[in-house]
Amino acid sequence: MNHETQEQKRYQKRVKEKMPKSHALTQCIRAFIVGGIICCIGQLVHDFAQLVVMLDEKGVSSFTSIVMIFFGATLTGIGVYDKIGAFAGAGSVVPITGFANSIVAPAMEHKFEGYVLGVAAELFSIAGPVLVYGITTSVIVGLIACIV
Amino acid sequence: MDIMNYVWAFVIGGAICVVGQLLLSFTRLTSARILVVFVTAGVILGAVGVYEPLVRLAGAGATIPLTGFGYTLAKGAIEGALENGILGAVTGGVAASAAGITAAIVFGYLNAVIFKPRTKK
Amino acid sequence: MRKRFGKQSVKFENRPVVASTASIVGDIEGAGPLGNYFDIILEDDMWGEESYEKAERKMYEMCVKNAIERLNITSAGIDCLLGGDLLNQLISANYAARQLKIPFLGLYGACSTITESVLIGSMLIDGGFGANIACAASSHFSTAERQYRMPLELGQLATPTSQRTVTGAGCIILSDGCRPDAKKAYSGCSVVVSCGTIGRVIDLGITDANNMGAAMAPAAADTIVTHLNDFNKTVDDYDIIVTGDLGTFGTEMLRDVCQEKGVDLKKKHFDCGAAMFAPEQNTVCGASGCGCAATVVSSYIIGKMISGEIKKALVMATGALMSPLANLQGESIPSIAHAIVLERE
Repeated sequence: MNHETQEQKRYQKRVKEKMPKSHALTQCIRAFIVGGIICCIGQLVHDFAQLVVMLDEKGVSSFTSIVMIFFGATLTGIGVYDKIGAFAGAGSVVPITGFANSIVAPAMEHKFEGYVLGVAAELFSIAGPVLVYGITTSVIVGLIACIV
Repeated sequence: MDIMNYVWAFVIGGAICVVGQLLLSFTRLTSARILVVFVTAGVILGAVGVYEPLVRLAGAGATIPLTGFGYTLAKGAIEGALENGILGAVTGGVAASAAGITAAIVFGYLNAVIFKPRTKK
Repeated sequence: MRKRFGKQSVKFENRPVVASTASIVGDIEGAGPLGNYFDIILEDDMWGEESYEKAERKMYEMCVKNAIERLNITSAGIDCLLGGDLLNQLISANYAARQLKIPFLGLYGACSTITESVLIGSMLIDGGFGANIACAASSHFSTAERQYRMPLELGQLATPTSQRTVTGAGCIILSDGCRPDAKKAYSGCSVVVSCGTIGRVIDLGITDANNMGAAMAPAAADTIVTHLNDFNKTVDDYDIIVTGDLGTFGTEMLRDVCQEKGVDLKKKHFDCGAAMFAPEQNTVCGASGCGCAATVVSSYIIGKMISGEIKKALVMATGALMSPLANLQGESIPSIAHAIVLERE
């Protein structure tokens, strides 16, 4: 058994040494540019809501989320978002459009299994944990705020 | 419409995405886990008051990344707690981010119903 | 005659003849360097079906049917169908077998399924338990991606060691003797299965589901070394040593591990996964999946043997026995490789 683990350790070390490296710098630059562009589009939507639709502060932020999620979801539907993702990496994962992508992608694919247990159930297979952790943490934060 | 708003949105938004990319490249976190990390980080940073100045500076550059979603949740929960006590702490976060959550469900569902998946080329 | 060699190897007394083969691949595989060798190239990987799973099932069924047709017999003439695919409950093979109505033994060896099937099929023939045995395996990019990885439309980066699952199905029919009425290429009964080595499950602790090549390389190396020892052979006794779907990085690791054990593969080694796609097809490390070895061996390798370019081949499909569930529970990826020796008489 001891010999076995030795062999495993040695092999894993070799794999690590020989493994083709991901081009982290190139990827970071791509993520920076695409992420930046998506945020600028968000800013544009924000300004439109503020200056043209003339919403109040809360309205502006709701309007911006709705429109950006619409963009992310629709680009996924028409099959563009996965191509952006293959280029941008985290640049298209981290913005809220990426959250929309993570909702539409599994749901679309499970259409074959029906509209209730296929599409609807899969809608949150990736995004569900985001809501679970986000909302739960926010409730904890709120409760702490009650005490303090 | 100030051009500097856009510069800051680009720089800060891009920088937050670079943090995500560093996590993707150098840890074994998958993109699904990174979304969770970002939203939770946003709630915590929002709660301790670090994220608020970033939103003032960068606007959409701070609110569009998923940390911004976490910030909205935290801000809502704290405001709710201050107004309505424990009940507000429970409802505040989701109430503040209701637009985003509802949009995600409705647009998500509609797109999934309308379109078919395609094999990656 | 002695049939058992060492702990893992077998030699066939009545050597099964490769009586017929067939292969079907998707459009991207068809556009690759081996495209000309495949029998059918699909224009659309849904193939007129409602889901990718149904399309894969159709590929499996049609592939077996085509191979039977080439033998100029009906499916009633096949004594047993052996094989499987990558999906849970072997749904491609099981549902295809429902349509084909041939006695069926479902096998799961992940991507090693095709050689696992041929190995068992050869034993059945040598043992006199059947005259015609069909061996088939299939995989489909979009069904595998759905079950093992992430949704197709999710925007994400390809990791530097990822491989693309082959959309394709391959079938090899083994017979206990010559079939003179078979279509021309096979009527000479030139290619036989002479011996084989049953693989062991090897796990050197690779946990990254996007690094299957590195997970499988030690299993392939173990089978090669055992095979050569059991039969007291060297690499030079073979014209070619074929592995299933190690991909470019897995190939590098296999050669490295073999080198350490004193076996130099460089001159003789051919990996189906590394050969399937051209570099400009952006598949990172090449191809993987049950369909990879199944299609390449049944078309390219056996084709080259019939034409006489290759006389003796050691063929080893490699399987990463990965389960997303076990992987989430912190398990590493166990792997296996089964070897068969094809000879031209």
